[in-house]
Amino acid sequence: MEVVRLRVNGDERVCGVPAHYTLLETLRYGLGLTGSKQGCDKGDCGACTVIMDGRAILSCITPVWEAEGREVRTVEGLAEGTEPHPVQDEFDLNGAAQCGFCTPGILCSSVALLDRNPAPTREEIRAALAGNLCRCTGYAKIYDAVEAAATRLGGEVRGPEPDEPAPEATPVERVGA
Amino acid sequence: MSSRDAAGRVGARDVARRATGPDARETVRPGDALSTIGRPMRKVDGLAKATGRARYTDDIRLPGMLHGKILRSPHPHARILAIDTSRAEALEGVHAVVTGRDMPTRYGIIPWTPDEYPLCVDRVRYIGDGVAAVAAVDEDTAIAALDLIDVAYEELPAYLDPHEAIAADSGPYIHEPRKPGWNGNVTKVVNLEFGDVEAGLGDSHVVVEGDYFFEGTTHTPIEPHCAIGLAEGNGKLTVWSATQVPHYLHRELARVLEVDPAQVRVIQPPVGGAFGGKSEPFDLEFCVARLSMMTGRPVKILYTREEVFYSHRGRHPFHMRYRTGASRDGMLTSVDADIVMDGGAYASFGLVTTYYAGQLLTAPYRMPAYRFHSTRAYTNKPACGPKRGHGSVQPRFAFEVQLDRIAEKLDIDPIELRRRNFIGANTRTVNDLRITSNGFLECLDEVERASAWKRKHRRLPFGRGVGVAGSTYITGTNYPIYPNDMPQSGIQLQVDRSGRVAVFSGASEIGQGVDSMVAYIVAEELGVPLDHVRVLAGDTDFTPVDLGAYSSRVTFMLGNACIDAARKLKAQVQEAVAAEWGVKPREVLLAGGLAVRAGDTGTSMPVRDAFNLAESAVGTLGATGWYNTPKDVHGDYRGATIGASPAFSFTAHVAEVEVDVETGFVTVDRIWIAHDCGRALNPVLVAGQMEGSAYMGFAEALMEEQIFKSEDQGRVGLHNAPSLLDYRIPTSLDTPALESLIVESIDPEGPYGAKEAGEGPLHPSIPAIANAIYDAVGVRMDSLPFSPPRVWRALRSVGR
Repeated sequence: MEVVRLRVNGDERVCGVPAHYTLLETLRYGLGLTGSKQGCDKGDCGACTVIMDGRAILSCITPVWEAEGREVRTVEGLAEGTEPHPVQDEFDLNGAAQCGFCTPGILCSSVALLDRNPAPTREEIRAALAGNLCRCTGYAKIYDAVEAAATRLGGEVRGPEPDEPAPEATPVERVGA
Repeated sequence: MSSRDAAGRVGARDVARRATGPDARETVRPGDALSTIGRPMRKVDGLAKATGRARYTDDIRLPGMLHGKILRSPHPHARILAIDTSRAEALEGVHAVVTGRDMPTRYGIIPWTPDEYPLCVDRVRYIGDGVAAVAAVDEDTAIAALDLIDVAYEELPAYLDPHEAIAADSGPYIHEPRKPGWNGNVTKVVNLEFGDVEAGLGDSHVVVEGDYFFEGTTHTPIEPHCAIGLAEGNGKLTVWSATQVPHYLHRELARVLEVDPAQVRVIQPPVGGAFGGKSEPFDLEFCVARLSMMTGRPVKILYTREEVFYSHRGRHPFHMRYRTGASRDGMLTSVDADIVMDGGAYASFGLVTTYYAGQLLTAPYRMPAYRFHSTRAYTNKPACGPKRGHGSVQPRFAFEVQLDRIAEKLDIDPIELRRRNFIGANTRTVNDLRITSNGFLECLDEVERASAWKRKHRRLPFGRGVGVAGSTYITGTNYPIYPNDMPQSGIQLQVDRSGRVAVFSGASEIGQGVDSMVAYIVAEELGVPLDHVRVLAGDTDFTPVDLGAYSSRVTFMLGNACIDAARKLKAQVQEAVAAEWGVKPREVLLAGGLAVRAGDTGTSMPVRDAFNLAESAVGTLGATGWYNTPKDVHGDYRGATIGASPAFSFTAHVAEVEVDVETGFVTVDRIWIAHDCGRALNPVLVAGQMEGSAYMGFAEALMEEQIFKSEDQGRVGLHNAPSLLDYRIPTSLDTPALESLIVESIDPEGPYGAKEAGEGPLHPSIPAIANAIYDAVGVRMDSLPFSPPRVWRALRSVGR
C-alpha cells in the first residue's frame, strides 16, 4: 500500500492504494466514487473518462500517481449542488442515456469540450466524443443533448420548469401527429 | 379514422390515430385523450444515470467481500484428466477454490437442451471455457491463484467449421450423441414446408438463386458481466447480477446448487447494456454463489472484457442458400431456404434459433409456398445465442437482397415490388402465424418520401446509391421457455396516503426504459404526477415474475399487466369518490393530479384525497395485474408454436451510401428508419430504440467480425481480437446520420396499441446497405461484413 493525495471534485483526498493502481481503480475502490465506469480496463471504450486539469482523460490507463497535484473532476462533480449540469439535464430530457453505462464518460468528454468551446458544431461534438463508445443510442440523441446544453449555457434557452413536459427537441418525426 | 382501399392501405398522413386491428374501435376511442402516454417524457432513472448515482452491479461493495476469478481452458477441445487445486488453496489470501465436480448438474436456458455445467466437469469445448474458480481477499491474489491450479488435459480434434462438424461420422463429437448412431455435433435440425415449393418455383416467371454468408457478431455491452453472491448462515442465498433474466437465473441457481428456491433471491441492478448477451445464466453467477456458500463471505466476479468475448452467445454465423420465385408482375410464388448455422460449443437458445431462422421470414410479404431446412452445428468456439433480432436478422439480409435481385430482373422499383407483396393486416402467414396490426405500407411510404427515393434510386452518380429493405419481428413469444400456464408478466401496485404510488415490477431495466414505461402507465391511469410514482424493480424477493428482457416482450406484456393492475385500483377509487359525490363511478375521472367529475370540472378533489376515500372504504390500497399470451393462434404442426407472437412490428429502411472504388471503403451517409411500433408510449424512447437498432445493424454490415484463428494462424480456435479496439464497433465518427420515422398502427391487443421497437428496426439496415452498394457500384455483397477488402475484391471481380 502506498499513500496517494488527490484533489477530486474540489476535495483534498488521501487514500492508501496498491502501487499499481490506476486513477480509475483509486476513484472506484479507494474513494467510493463509482460513477466512473470500467468497460474494458485498457483505454478502448472511454467509460472511465474523467476531466483532469480541464482535459478529458482515460482514468483506466492513467497511473494514479500521474493525478497527484492535478484537479480531477468526475461525473459526481459536474452538478452545482442539487442543480445538475445542463449537459446532465439535457441527457435526461433527450433520452441520451439508455443503459447509462457509457454516460459518465461521455458527460465528462462533453463538459470538457464545452468548457473550451462553448458553441461547438455537430462535427466538433462528434470529434470530441470519438473516444467514447456507446452501444445503445447510435449517438444521435447524445449530439442533440450536447447541442441543447451548449445553447442553454449560452443563455439563449431557458431551462424547463419542473412540471413542464420535455420539449420536443428530438429529431423524431411523428407521422400524422 | 381514415378509410382503407381494397389492399388495406390508408393514407400515410393520419396513421397516428388509425387503427388496423379487428377491435380498433375499442382501442382508439373518439376524442381519445391520453395525458401522459405518447408524449416525450423524462425517464424515471434518467437523472440518476446522468449524475453517476445509478448503482450497477460492480458498483456494489459488501463488507468482507472477496473477489473471484475463473480459470479458463487454453484448448479448443480437450478432456480434463485431473485438476489439482492444492497449490492455489495454500496461497495466502485464497479462501476457496471450486471446480466443475463441485457443481455437477447440467443446465441450459432451453429445458430440452441442457448441455453445460457451471464449470467444465470432464471436457472443455472452446478456448475460454470455465474450468475452476477461486475466491480471494483481492483481485491480485485471485489472479495469482489461477496460475497455481494444475489441470491435466488430453487434447481432442477441434471443429471450427460447421460443415465439417455436420459431416463427421465418428467421435469424439463435441457433445455425446443423444441417441447411439447420431452425430453429437448437431444441436438441432428443422425441416418445414408450407405449400408446394417445387411446383411454385416451376411456375415462376423468374427464379433467383443466391448463396449468402452472415458473419457472426457479438453484443459488446459496455458493462462487462458482473455478479455478487452472498450466502447467509440461515440458508438464504442472494445473487446480484447484471442479467436480463432474473427469473430464469433464480430457477437455475436453485436447481443446480440444490438450494430451496424460496431461499434464493436474485437482485438485478441497472444493467449496462445487454442486447441478448445476458439472457441466460453464466458461469460467474453459479461460481459467486457457490464460493460464498463455501466461505460465508460475499464474493464478486467481474468479467474482464476478454471474458465477455468468450461468454459471447452472440449472433450465429449463417451459411444460407435461397431460391426465390416470382411471377412476371413481381408477386412472390415460392421460397426455398437451406441454412447451416455455426452454433459454437453449447446449445444456448439454439433450438429456438434453428426455428427462428425460418419461421420469422413469412411476413411482411405474402408467399404462397415456403420451405426451410436449417441445421445448427456445434463447433469448438464460444457459444452463439440470441442477439438483438434473434435468428431472423441473418435470413432477412439474404431474403431482402433476393427481392432486390428480382426487382432488377423484372425492372420493377424495389419499393413497389415490396408494396405489391404486402401481406396485409389481420391475416395469417403461410406458416400460420397470426398477424394483427400491420403498418408496413406506411413504413415504405415514409422512407420513400423522406429519402427522396424516386429522385435517387438508379439516378445517383456512379459510386453513390440508395437501397431499401423491409422486415417484421415478434413482440414477445406466446410460449414461455419452460412450459407453464402462469402469467408471462405480473405487476403489483401499492398506494401511500401521501398519494405516492409504488410499482413492484419484476422486469429487467437494461436501458430500454421499462421502469419508465410502467411509471408512465400508472401516471396515465391514476392521474398522478409522474414524480409521485416509484418503481421498485428486479428483486425476486419482492417483485412479481416477469420472464425477462428478451424477444421484445416487455412493453407489450408488462405494459398490459400494468394497465390491468392500475384499472383495478382505479375502479376502487372511482367507486369511493362516486359514493361521496352521489354520481356513477364512470363519471369520476382521474387526471392531472385530480379526481374530476366528467363534464363538471367544478367538482373535483386532489387525487390523494380520492385515494384516502378509497382506503377508508376498502382498506389498504393495492392491486395486482397480469398478462398472459393467446395460446390458440398458430398452426398444428411440430414447431408451430415457435414464432407465434401476440403482435408483429414492421420496419422499412432506406440507406444511402458512397463507395470509394479505389479502396473499397463504404460510407453510409444516412439511414431512414420507419418503424411500426403500434403506438409510441414515449416517442423519445421509441426513436432511441430505432436509432440504436439501425446503428447496430450498420455496425454488423460494415465493421464487426468474429475471427477465430486457424491452424496456420497459430492457436486453433483462439479468438483473434477479444478487445474493443480490435473487434471494431462504430465510434461517433463512424456512425451515419439516423432518421427515425415513427409509424403507429395501434395494435388491438397492445398496451394503448403498442408493439415492440427494440429489435425489429435492426433487421433492414444490413440488406438496405447491401442493396445501396449495388445501386452505387453494381456489385452484390453477399457476405458480411462489407469491409474494404471484401468490397474491393468484389469490385475487381467485375472489372471495376
